[in-house]
Amino acid sequence: MANIISDETIEYVGILAKLELSDEEKEQAKKDMGEMLDYIDQLNELDTTGVEPMSHVFPVHNVFREDEVTNGDGSEDTLANAPLMRDGGFEVPKTII
Amino acid sequence: MFLMSLTAVELGKRIQNKEVTAVDATREALAAIAAREEAVHSFVTVDAEGALARAKQIQERIDAGELTSPLAGVPVAIKDNMCTQGMKTTCSSKILYNFMPTFTAEAVCNLEKAGAVILGKTNMDEFAMGSTTETSAFGVTKNPWNTGHVPGGSSGGSCAAVAAEECSYALGSDTGGSIRQPSSFCGVTGIKPTYGTVSRYGLIAYGSSLDQIGPIAKDVTDCATILEIISSHDSKDSTSVKREDTHFTEALVDDVKGMKIGIPRDYFGEGLNTEVKEAVLAAAKELEKKGAIVEEFDLGLVEYAIPAYYVIACAEASSNLARFDGVKYGYRTEEYDGLHQMYKKSRSEGFGAEVKRRIMLGSFVLSSGYYDAYYLKALRVKALIKKAFDEAFAKYDVILGPAAPTTAPKLGASLSDPIQMYLGDIYTISVNLAGLPGISLPCGTDSQGLPIGLQLIGDCFKEKNIIRAAYAFEQTRDYAHSPIAAQEKGGVS
Amino acid sequence: MSREYETVIGLEVHVELATKTKIFCGCSTAFGGAPNTHTCPVCTGMPGSLPVLNKKVVEYAAAVGLATNCTINQNCKFDRKNYFYPDNPQNYQISQLYEPICRNGYVEIETADGGTKKIGIHEIHMEEDAGKLVHDDWEDVSVVDFNRSGVPLIEIVSEPDMRSADEVIAYLEKLRLIIQYLGASDCKLNEGSMRADVNLSVREVGATEFGTRTEMKNLNSFRAISHAIEGEKNRQIDLIESGEKVIQETRRWDDTKESSHAMRSKEDAQDYRYFPEPDLVPIIISDEWLEEIRSHQPEFRTEKLARYEQEYEIPRYDAEILTNSKHMADLFEETVALCGKPKKVSNWLMVETMRLLKEHEMEPEDIRFSPEHLAALINLADAGTINSTVAKEVFEQMFADDTDPEKYVEEHGLKTVNDEGALRATIEQVIKDNPQSVEDYHNGKEKAIGFLVGQTMKAMKGKANPGMVNQILKELL
Repeated sequence: MANIISDETIEYVGILAKLELSDEEKEQAKKDMGEMLDYIDQLNELDTTGVEPMSHVFPVHNVFREDEVTNGDGSEDTLANAPLMRDGGFEVPKTII
Repeated sequence: MFLMSLTAVELGKRIQNKEVTAVDATREALAAIAAREEAVHSFVTVDAEGALARAKQIQERIDAGELTSPLAGVPVAIKDNMCTQGMKTTCSSKILYNFMPTFTAEAVCNLEKAGAVILGKTNMDEFAMGSTTETSAFGVTKNPWNTGHVPGGSSGGSCAAVAAEECSYALGSDTGGSIRQPSSFCGVTGIKPTYGTVSRYGLIAYGSSLDQIGPIAKDVTDCATILEIISSHDSKDSTSVKREDTHFTEALVDDVKGMKIGIPRDYFGEGLNTEVKEAVLAAAKELEKKGAIVEEFDLGLVEYAIPAYYVIACAEASSNLARFDGVKYGYRTEEYDGLHQMYKKSRSEGFGAEVKRRIMLGSFVLSSGYYDAYYLKALRVKALIKKAFDEAFAKYDVILGPAAPTTAPKLGASLSDPIQMYLGDIYTISVNLAGLPGISLPCGTDSQGLPIGLQLIGDCFKEKNIIRAAYAFEQTRDYAHSPIAAQEKGGVS
Repeated sequence: MSREYETVIGLEVHVELATKTKIFCGCSTAFGGAPNTHTCPVCTGMPGSLPVLNKKVVEYAAAVGLATNCTINQNCKFDRKNYFYPDNPQNYQISQLYEPICRNGYVEIETADGGTKKIGIHEIHMEEDAGKLVHDDWEDVSVVDFNRSGVPLIEIVSEPDMRSADEVIAYLEKLRLIIQYLGASDCKLNEGSMRADVNLSVREVGATEFGTRTEMKNLNSFRAISHAIEGEKNRQIDLIESGEKVIQETRRWDDTKESSHAMRSKEDAQDYRYFPEPDLVPIIISDEWLEEIRSHQPEFRTEKLARYEQEYEIPRYDAEILTNSKHMADLFEETVALCGKPKKVSNWLMVETMRLLKEHEMEPEDIRFSPEHLAALINLADAGTINSTVAKEVFEQMFADDTDPEKYVEEHGLKTVNDEGALRATIEQVIKDNPQSVEDYHNGKEKAIGFLVGQTMKAMKGKANPGMVNQILKELL
C-alpha cells in the first residue's frame, strides 16, 4: 500500500467528520482509506495540465429569487422532528462554558 | 392477481376505461406486498391505509373527469430518500429512523398531481451508498428472480418491488448507477435522466452534482410516460434546467433506421462476464438489423471514472450528511457529555459502516493540504470524461454497452471488498459525471436465469434518442418483465 | 532598553444586508419574532431542501464593492465552508472562498495628522448568517433559534493596513457610512448588523515581516474594539518581551471582564474543507447588469457635502455633522423639502437632536421622529404660535415617540398668549408681588427685569409671548 494512513490522520478526520470509531473500526478505516487512496492515485496517470476543474456540468448560471417574502410562520414544521425541544427551540448541550 | 402484471400504462388505460378502479389496483398491490415482502423485502414503509384512502379519492376525481393522466390511479412505490409529507422517510438509515418530512419532493408532487397512488417507501442502500441494498439499516432486499442474490443498488428496493409485481412502477435515484444497475439485476427498465431534468428538491442528497431521480418500470413505454410526468423546471432547485423537449413518449417509435450507435471497445474488456457480453452484443445486432448503423470505437478514460467519482461523491456526501447531528431531527444518542460527544455518538451510532467509510474519505480528500491533489484533480478528470463523451456524441446518437459487468451477485458476496464492489459501477458512473441520460433494459438472462441489462447512453438532453433505441430493441423480444411473468410464460425468455 | 513596537491590524467586517428576505429562501429577515417563526426547510437545513439565491443580495454586494473601489468579479461562485456548530443548521455555511464577488478595493480614511490614508480591501464575499444560541442560566443547555439563520451577510476583508485603534475606528465609520448611504444595511454594531473581527499582530518598528496574528471576535461596540486592540497589543508585546511566542488563534473578547480568552478546543480543527457549492450555479454579472447597479449608486457624502453648502447655504461644519449619518441627512433633506428654512432645520438637528441622542446614548439611525413632524414644529415656532421654550418641550416629546407637534400643542394648550389685556393684567400682578425687584430695577439693576420676566412666564405657564412681556414690563415700570 502506497498510502499509509496514520492513527493521527484517522483521529483528525474523525474530528472533522464528527465520527467516533472504535479501535477495531479505526484499524479497518486505516486499511480502507489507504486502499481507496491508492486506487484514487490512478488519476495521477492523467495529465490534466491546463484543464479547468469542472464543478458544474452544464453552463447554467444566474438562477435567482426575487426579494419577496413567501414564507410565513414555519416554527411548527421546523420543530416537528426535534429530538429535544425547549422554549420554542432545539435543545443542545451548553455551547459556552 | 393480475393487475400488477400489467404495465403501468396498460393499467392506467383500464382505469380510464372504467374497467377497473384505482382501489382495485391498490388492493392488488397491497395483497402482493403482503404475500411477497417476507421473501423480497422491497419496502421500508408500507402505508396500506393511506394508499387505499388516496386511491378512493383519486378514483372519485377520475370519475369526475378531473384526472385524465395516463397514470391516474396507478400504484407506485417511492425510494426512501425522497421526502413524502407525513410519510416516514429514512434513507434506510438509523439516523433518520423516525424522520417525518414536512414537505413532499417535487418529483413525487408531480406524480401526485397526475393521480399516482403512493403505496409506501422502498428499501435502499443507506443514503444510496452501495450497489446491493445490503447496507440498509432495515434489512437486505432480495432479488425476486432468485432470493439468494442481491437486487443491486442503491435503488434495489424500487427495482425489486417492480420485479416482484408489488407495485406498477417506482421512482429511484441514480448517483453512480443506482437506477440502471439494479434495473439490470432485476430485469426491469430504468432511466437516469440528464442532470437537471427532474427536480432534486426533496431528494435527500448524497452527491448533489450527480444525483438524479428517475423512473423504474416494466418497460420503455412506462418509463417514458413516467419521466414525462416527473420532469419539470423547478424554481426551488437552482440546478433544474428549463427544457422544452420533455414529451418523451413521442420517442416511442419502432424505427432506428440511420441511427448511429457507438459501442465503446473499452466497455467490453477485462472484467466483463461473457454471458453479459454476448447478450449485449446480440442486442446491438438486433438494432443493426433494424437499420441502425452500429460501430465500435474507443471512448477512453473508462477506468478513471470510478476513482474520480469516489472523490467527488464522497466529498459532497461528507458535507451533505453533516446535517445529521442529533439536533434538528432523527436519531440522538441517549447519553452524552457535552456537545461534541453528542455529535460524535449520535453520528457514529446512527450511520452504518459504508456511510462512515465514505464520509471519512470525503472529509479527508477535502481537508487542508489534500484539496488540490484529490478534489481538484477529480474535477479536472471529470472535465476530460465529459470531453470524451462530447467527442463520442459528435459521431454517435447513442452509446451502447452493458449496464453492469455481471448479473446479480449472491447475497453477502460484495461488501467484504469495497473496491471490487465499486468496480461493478464501471459502466454507469461516467454517465453521472458527465450529466448524461442513460437507460437500462433487459436484454436476456444468464445460465442461472438472472436478468442481463443493456445500457444505452445519450448525449445530454437527448433522452429521446435512447428511448427510441430502447423501444425499438424491446419490440424484438417476447418480453418477460418479472420472474412471475417469466414463470407464467413457462420459462425465461 | 525597551524596544518599540508597531501594531498591524486587518479587519473582517460582517454586514447584514437590508433585504426583505433571507439569502436562500423566502423567509423574512425582520428582527424579533418568537423563536423559529421565521424559518422554513431551507434555512433550517431540512433533508432534501435546496437553496435559491436572492438576487438583491448580489446587487447590494456589488454596490458595496463599487463604492469601495473594488473590482467586481463578473464570474463568481459560492462555496461550502464545513464546520459543526448547532447554530449552523446544515453544519456547513454557504459562503465564497475561491471566487468572491469583489476584490482589490480600498477606502480612504482621515488620519490624526489631518492627512488621508488608503485602507486596502482584499475582498468582499457573500454568505449566510447563522442562527442564535440562547444559553440557559440554570441548566447546562443552550437553545437554538434559526430566525437569523440564512440572513444575508457580506464579509469585507481588509488588508492588514491599519496601525492603531483610531485608524480601525475611522475605517469602520467610513465603511458604515458608505453602506448606510447605499441603503445596503443599517450597520448597527450593538444589534449585530455590523460586526468586526480584528486580526492583530505586533512587530518591531522597522521590521518587514509580519508577526503572528490572532483573531479577536465578539466585539459589539467601537469602545470594545478600541479596548480589545489595546489589550491584545499589550498581551502580545508582553509575550514577546518575556521570550514567549504568540500563538495563532481565535480569541473571544469579554466586554464585562475587559479581557479576551482563546477559543481553542481539541474538537475545533479549523479546517473548513471548502469546495464549490453544487446546489447553486455560478453568477455571471454582465457589463449591462454592472452598469445598471452603478447607475443606481446614490449620492455619497463628498457630493452631498458640496451640495449642502451650495444649495442650502449652510456652513461646512453643519453639513459635515448632518451628512455623517445617512438617516440624519435624509431627515434633513426631507424636512427642508417640506418647510424650507434649511438653517433652522439644521439647527434643530445639530443642537437639540444631537443633545438628546447623546443623553440617551442613541445613534442617529435610532431617531424616530418623522420629517413631517419636525417641519410642523418649525412652522409652529416660526409663526410665533409657540415660543422657543415650549418648542423645546414639544420637541422632547416628539423625539421620544414621534408625537404630532400640532396635536400636542393643541391638546396641552401650549399656544403662545398674545392677548395684551391678559398679559398686562398678569404683569401688573407680578409687579405688585415683587416690590423689591421693582426697586432694584429703578436703582439701576437692569438684571432685575429678567427675574420679573421669569415670574411672568411662570404665571402664564410658559406660554407668554416673550417679546410682548418685555415691552409691557418696561412700559409699566
